[in-house]
Amino acid sequence: MWKFLHKLASPKYFYDLSGRMIPWLGWACGLLLIAGLYLGLFVAPPDYQQGDSYRIMFIHVPSAWMSLFIYVVMAASSAIALVWKMKLAEVMATASAPIGASFTFLALATGSLWGKPMWGAWWVWDARLTSELILLFLYLGFIALQSAIEDRRSAARAAGVLALVGVVNIPIIHYSVQWWSTLHQGPTVTKLGAPSIATSMLIPLLLMALAFQFFYFAVVLMRGRCEVLERERNSAWVQALAREEQG
Amino acid sequence: MREFFHMGGYAFFVWTSYGLAFVVLTINLVSPLQRRRRLLQEIAQRARRMRKSS
Repeated sequence: MWKFLHKLASPKYFYDLSGRMIPWLGWACGLLLIAGLYLGLFVAPPDYQQGDSYRIMFIHVPSAWMSLFIYVVMAASSAIALVWKMKLAEVMATASAPIGASFTFLALATGSLWGKPMWGAWWVWDARLTSELILLFLYLGFIALQSAIEDRRSAARAAGVLALVGVVNIPIIHYSVQWWSTLHQGPTVTKLGAPSIATSMLIPLLLMALAFQFFYFAVVLMRGRCEVLERERNSAWVQALAREEQG
Repeated sequence: MREFFHMGGYAFFVWTSYGLAFVVLTINLVSPLQRRRRLLQEIAQRARRMRKSS
């Protein structure tokens, strides 16, 4: 196990291994996406209260889940990078931020597009929506801080501290619908006991969530590889790779 | 089929959501591909220049 971790920490090994994994992750994502979209758009019946507008949930809910999941990954990698100075953890945190920001943006935008016909408002300053908006600012702050500091390592350290402080927002987002009275509905899937959602709607929702998960894993590795190339640009193996691919 | 695109009157909201998701995910997918190609190009060019000057 330790041997594997040590090997993984070597940039070249990470670059090669991730290169082999990305196609598989991509295929898994594609297949799940097709199945999820088919079941969600063609098979699942309209909701008896919301009609067809609820189909936005197949994008909205997985995006919101991913926005939280990626933040936790980013903060955990930052913590590892801060404590053990592991370069690969820095790379993972940096590579995760733009993807997390994208999913947060999607969760907010699709939520807004659902809120307009259902609540009659694009936006309300309610606990769930506000804390999710703060999450978007945390991601953007992380990215901005990193690009503002010239030295890569001190940039990663500063942004890592920001990511760790921002972790307090995660439970706030999760429990916001229970702590405050809010317009946003409570959890339906992760509720204790049986989820209060019809199976024909739950299955496409879970498929889409898995598809997004695989999408994240594939893209974070793609971004991580670019990051590694940039950091290792002077090493012999990157030089050889560039020669090989560019002639 | 017409009914499908109509989405029970919510066509604008549903299709904007799916379209937005498509655009955002595509950008996420394409940008690291482009960045990788540009990076390798840059590294190869610099290496060539170094070899010439030495």
